[in-house]
Amino acid sequence: MPSHPASRRARAWIINYSARSQRERRAITLLVILCLALPPTLLAGLASGAVGIPLGRVLQALATVFVGSADSQIDLIVNELRLPRVLLAAVMGATLAMTGAATQGLFRNPLADPSLIGVTAGASLGAALIIVTGGTLLTGYTGLTLVSAGAFAGGVVAVLFVYRLATSANGTSVATMLLAGIAITALAGALGSLLEFFADNEMLRRISLWKMGGLDGASYPRLLIALSVSAPLWLALPRYANALNALLLGESEARHLGIPVARVKVALISWVAIGVGTSVAMVGTIAFVGLIVPHMVRMLAGPDHRYLLPCSALAGALLLVSADLFARVLVAPTELPVGIITAVIGVPFFISLLRNRHHYGMQT
Amino acid sequence: MSPEHATAGRAGSTLRLENATASPWGPRVLDSISLDLAPGQVLAVAGPNGAGKSSLLQLIAGDIPPTAGTVELDHKPLSDWNSHELPRALAYLPQMSLLNFPYTVEEVVLLGRIPHATGSAVDAGIAMDAMRLTDTLTLRDRLYTQLSGGEKQRTQLARIFSQIAAEDSLAGKLLLLDEPTSALDLAHQQQILEAVQGFADRGCAVILAIHDLNLAARAVDRMLILDAGRQTALGTPGEVLTPALLRNVFHIEVEIATHPLGGFPVITPGYRVRR
Repeated sequence: MPSHPASRRARAWIINYSARSQRERRAITLLVILCLALPPTLLAGLASGAVGIPLGRVLQALATVFVGSADSQIDLIVNELRLPRVLLAAVMGATLAMTGAATQGLFRNPLADPSLIGVTAGASLGAALIIVTGGTLLTGYTGLTLVSAGAFAGGVVAVLFVYRLATSANGTSVATMLLAGIAITALAGALGSLLEFFADNEMLRRISLWKMGGLDGASYPRLLIALSVSAPLWLALPRYANALNALLLGESEARHLGIPVARVKVALISWVAIGVGTSVAMVGTIAFVGLIVPHMVRMLAGPDHRYLLPCSALAGALLLVSADLFARVLVAPTELPVGIITAVIGVPFFISLLRNRHHYGMQT
Repeated sequence: MSPEHATAGRAGSTLRLENATASPWGPRVLDSISLDLAPGQVLAVAGPNGAGKSSLLQLIAGDIPPTAGTVELDHKPLSDWNSHELPRALAYLPQMSLLNFPYTVEEVVLLGRIPHATGSAVDAGIAMDAMRLTDTLTLRDRLYTQLSGGEKQRTQLARIFSQIAAEDSLAGKLLLLDEPTSALDLAHQQQILEAVQGFADRGCAVILAIHDLNLAARAVDRMLILDAGRQTALGTPGEVLTPALLRNVFHIEVEIATHPLGGFPVITPGYRVRR
């Protein structure tokens, strides 16, 4: 009989693990694999780009953050250019994928995407508005910050609109939210086109680059902003895992399982708006991460949100870091916007999912 | 079950409706319903399509509020129950399920344990019992989305059974089942009603909305007949099921015999009454 509390706890965990269902064990395995895969992927992101850097040299450069001084150009490339960029990709990828998983659960639709409730379109309009009206303010760093603030505000305002449209005396209807999201997306798109009509060539170039999404604006201040929103979100959303699991049954059923449905809806929609708003503000619109990643994880590990949410976050980080890696090396030394890469990877994958959905029990 | 036995277990009633009226979207769908359900009693609610059976269950479940009258669960008005305690006392199976995600059967059944803080080991045992009662144990690793209609219904029933299950007495608890046997074959219909009787024997009060009057007649203590939102009859199946009532409410001529072994009424439907 082992007496040490730690070994007893370990034994209890092992007994518990073997009592879990096959799928739950697979979900735990997936979680572990994703955790193990993340550090090498981050390192690969640091090592590759216009200048290839050997792995040993990358580690050496990273070490200068703590000891010694960064003097060579390589140290600067790794620490000042690639590290914030790779980390920003990881943070935003995780946030996009986790909010995507939460949106699909909330809307009870495996094909839902955060952009459906108007965040992305609103944020694009907000950014375009600042680019067109900003004038001389838009030079250098202030400009980028202003455009980001505009995007965030636009995204949140759009969700508020959609939410108000879908809320009546009987509560908020998620079906109406989807339709209102389509309407607001169309309206924001039309207003955006109007702005582009009056924009000059320089503004148009900025707007279209911004819309494509990119991580080339990555910096430590941006990383800090992204992380200060994302970290609370990563901690908050998994607390709604049981509520989301129950919500898949239907709202009335969830209420009868003791879930405060109205409050959960407001909380989830707020987190999604803030998370996606921040990501559009920091890295522009990046397609498909929020849609595909939760889908993939669900195929492998099932729809249980206790595993789906953390696995999606890790897989989203992996996907965006890898996509950014390709964006930097495919046509080096030029960089492609990362949104193009995620769409190019995402669309064929999504189509194959649609065609094979009956194999894993999706019926949409 | 005899009335003496039902009232002996626990004083008072599990559910009490007094002149409960509901008009959730304008017109009255339920008009002055009054009934009293003791622990361990099984009540069937029957009536033509649109009579208000599902609305009555929704009213008792708290999904639609009464516009007049009262609904009391375990001596406390339904509106006074807090959202944590109510799911432990009342489990409600709606008529239709929207579930469209590939949960396994076992995962669906375990969702019924969300309101309870009993730990995963106890929950796994209770889910196992619930699957045994509904003959879904062999389906436990199958995906819900790939089941047949009847298998889905049994899975949802198992979820409801695991929600209401408890170690000790079930007195004061209420099961609301909206057409729980509508998609089931004959043997599974019997199996579900036997499981329901098992819960009732432990003190749980049960209300079933049901179309199959013969099935109800042999399985329940009392029947409530609704017609256009009004309470037309309330009593034992033998009292309620008369040719006159079936003619007036269901517009059908019937022959009613007594089952040679069980002693419950057996209805043989005849011609439709032309209105």
